[in-house]
Amino acid sequence: MAKPIQLEINGKRYTVQCDPETPLLSALRDELGLTGTKYGCGEGQCGACTVLLSGTPRRSCQIPVSAAAAKPITTIEGLEKDGRLHPVQQAFLDAEAFQCAYCTSGMILSSVGLLSTNPNPSSADIVQSLQGNICRCGTHPRILGAVHQAAKAMRERAR
Amino acid sequence: MSGPSIKFEPESERYEFRAGPMHHFDLARRDFFKFLGAGIAVFAVAKDSLAKQETAPTRGFHQEELPKDITAWLHVGEDGGVTAFTGKVEIGQNIRTALAQTVADELRVPFESVTMVTADTALTPFDFGTVGSRSMPTMSPQLRRVSAAARDLLVGAAAKEWNVAAEGLTAADGKVTNPATGRSLRYAELARGKTLAQNLPAEDPVTPANQWKIAGKPIPKKDGRAFVTGKHQYTPDLQRPGMLHGKVLRPPSFGATLTSFDAKAAQAMSGVVVVHDGDFIGAAAANERDASKALEAIHAEWKEVRQTSSKELYSYLKQNAKASGNERSRRIKGSVEDGLSAAAHRLDATYTIAFIAHAPLEPRAALAEWSDGKLTVWTGSQRPFAVRDELANVFHVSENNVRVIVPDTGAAYGGKHTGDAALEAARLARAAGHPVKVVWTREEEFTWAYFRPAGVIEIKSGIAADGMLTAWEFHNYNSGMSGIETPYAAPNQHIEFHATECPLRSGSYRGLAATANFFARESHMDDLARAGQADPLEFRLKNLSEPRLRAVFEAAAKSFGWPRKNIQEGQGFGIAGGLEKGGYVATCAEVAVDGTSGAVRVVRITTAFECGAIVNPDGLRNQVIGANIQGLGGALFEAIEFENGRITNPRFSGYRVPRFRDVPEIEAVLLDRKDLPSAGAGETPIMGVAPAVGNAIFEATGTRLRSLPMVPQGLPAAKT
Repeated sequence: MAKPIQLEINGKRYTVQCDPETPLLSALRDELGLTGTKYGCGEGQCGACTVLLSGTPRRSCQIPVSAAAAKPITTIEGLEKDGRLHPVQQAFLDAEAFQCAYCTSGMILSSVGLLSTNPNPSSADIVQSLQGNICRCGTHPRILGAVHQAAKAMRERAR
Repeated sequence: MSGPSIKFEPESERYEFRAGPMHHFDLARRDFFKFLGAGIAVFAVAKDSLAKQETAPTRGFHQEELPKDITAWLHVGEDGGVTAFTGKVEIGQNIRTALAQTVADELRVPFESVTMVTADTALTPFDFGTVGSRSMPTMSPQLRRVSAAARDLLVGAAAKEWNVAAEGLTAADGKVTNPATGRSLRYAELARGKTLAQNLPAEDPVTPANQWKIAGKPIPKKDGRAFVTGKHQYTPDLQRPGMLHGKVLRPPSFGATLTSFDAKAAQAMSGVVVVHDGDFIGAAAANERDASKALEAIHAEWKEVRQTSSKELYSYLKQNAKASGNERSRRIKGSVEDGLSAAAHRLDATYTIAFIAHAPLEPRAALAEWSDGKLTVWTGSQRPFAVRDELANVFHVSENNVRVIVPDTGAAYGGKHTGDAALEAARLARAAGHPVKVVWTREEEFTWAYFRPAGVIEIKSGIAADGMLTAWEFHNYNSGMSGIETPYAAPNQHIEFHATECPLRSGSYRGLAATANFFARESHMDDLARAGQADPLEFRLKNLSEPRLRAVFEAAAKSFGWPRKNIQEGQGFGIAGGLEKGGYVATCAEVAVDGTSGAVRVVRITTAFECGAIVNPDGLRNQVIGANIQGLGGALFEAIEFENGRITNPRFSGYRVPRFRDVPEIEAVLLDRKDLPSAGAGETPIMGVAPAVGNAIFEATGTRLRSLPMVPQGLPAAKT
């Protein structure tokens, strides 16, 4: 049965009318039109649907919308501030760390999550964090480089 | 003794012509068309088609009859903006950027002022499809010629304006200048108030690569910002007013036919539309969940047919080979028998290649909308015009009443040549009276799409005591003819493709059969080198005269550090290469094999690639490295498993694709041949990966792996 559910996404409050078991991914995409978050597999294996839930990268296809209620959610649409890209977005753009770019939202959100807890990750740390994100075009080396670059930019900015 | 030498016909994408539409429906015909603003428009037509114009017209994008061979056109608007139109599709290969560079370069305008309109059957000229690495060798020159022609028109317009001869005028930076007077006119000013449309024979001379200013540079991807902000809308992201979500009820197994059907419960659900048409059963509802619930409420019974399984795949392919005799699939030169009897070393080996899936991260999807008997479909496809024709056919409407638009798509790799999702969405939309979007699930994608064909390859060969090939006999069952010929100079050859019954729906995959044929040939060449106690690179070069292929072998080896200086336990180097689709590739790989666990790690790869003049080195590097990583999947662990008409691993949790931990250090060595025309680069760089890795595993362990994927569970009998 559809119920009103309160969500806090990118700092804004939304009410969605849907079955509480609906995956958060469907609520974002189909109810709220936030289509930057992608469907890739529906089993939490590819990472295309990654969002930050209370700052932690989570697979939105695996989270019932009711479980996301009242927790801050960040999607790809919420990273750009006042027309300025998030350093991770900027680094992906600068390195052209994408080809078809369908995985890019998930890659960026996973990386933002990593850098929020580990501002100076090793390559092994990045590989570990992105192991659950699939890129079928094979852009992995550039993504790795972009995350290093973003980490550097964020450390410099924090100084 | 010696038979005639028969040239193979180039393998076009051989499967999609066989694959008929999945569904058949009934409908009616009508008509439509499109626009063009003021300014200057130029159509590129093939040289001889202007003469044929009156006798061989074709449907146009705005109802004018146009010569049949229009391949590209562009428009210079009153604001000086340039819009170039091509039927090609952007699927991550960066063609939008590369073609815009070509136009900007030849028209002499800033890159930013060029907009590429791609893959919209109402707006862009007919195109066969974004397949076969053909965009750069065919579309790029067409756009270059149309741009040169438009530039000449603009120069002519300026000459007329100033009443001077066109010859002395120059075009640069979006304007025409008269060096004698210093006066100049912007393209915007020259186009203003004009509605000039010209068909020009595409024979104007174009700028040679060594004078390119915008092409040849690492210009960033067009609209890159839209991709990192999530703003770009792929097909699954599109919405239309009143849109419903559609789902299709799939049979329990391949080839199953419907025997009974009861949808009363589903039809009683509010807001649900159920469609039953032949073997097609689908439902549309306000959201995917409701559409899925409706399908669950449908009672359908199917008659299934017994089928083979992946365990018996290779014997099945051999046993079901069709009678040969087609000369186009066979090449015989000299006598293999004589060559073998003259050989000092002979080898005989069989190689097998599993079915694999493209698994593009964006699944097949389509959004269809009917309005006044006209159909518009947005879908991720490599062949929008073929999808249009398929829709027109199935729904019995005129092609002019069907418009197919392809948003930049979340990849395809050869897997999106058919219009399955488009047909499904259009059928549901027609019944629902609303636009309907169908997005395949990953499981549907792994099951109902088509696969890279499996194959069996048998090779018999011989070399003389001096290390020269004497005989080369090569039989490919089912996987295909691409790359089947050997680049090595064997005086006696018998090369043949054998068609067989194929247990799964098969189609194009990045590189087609060349990946399989390269794997077999280059693995075999490695064994021959060892039989003759020669270095694998030296052995290849000794039997190879093609200078462009020699050049990439040498470049890869040099950059990689071939041959190995120190031997470490479990470490191996391998090399492989070849030429295909106008591109030349050589790959070196280093592996490390854990002697206890048998785990194989690819440590590093160097791939040298040459495809003529490079249009965008940064985009090319992305394609080459991407192809190498994708190739690792099919080389090491990707395989579709099936049993009795069902795919048994239709998920990413059961079908392993390369992930970050699988990615070695990869170097792309790009050879820029400005003196040669640009060839495509999307496919050939994938072809050397599997044999180079297999050869490296052999060097590390002494185990020769002749079956792709080579180590789905690690190396079972690691001998280090």
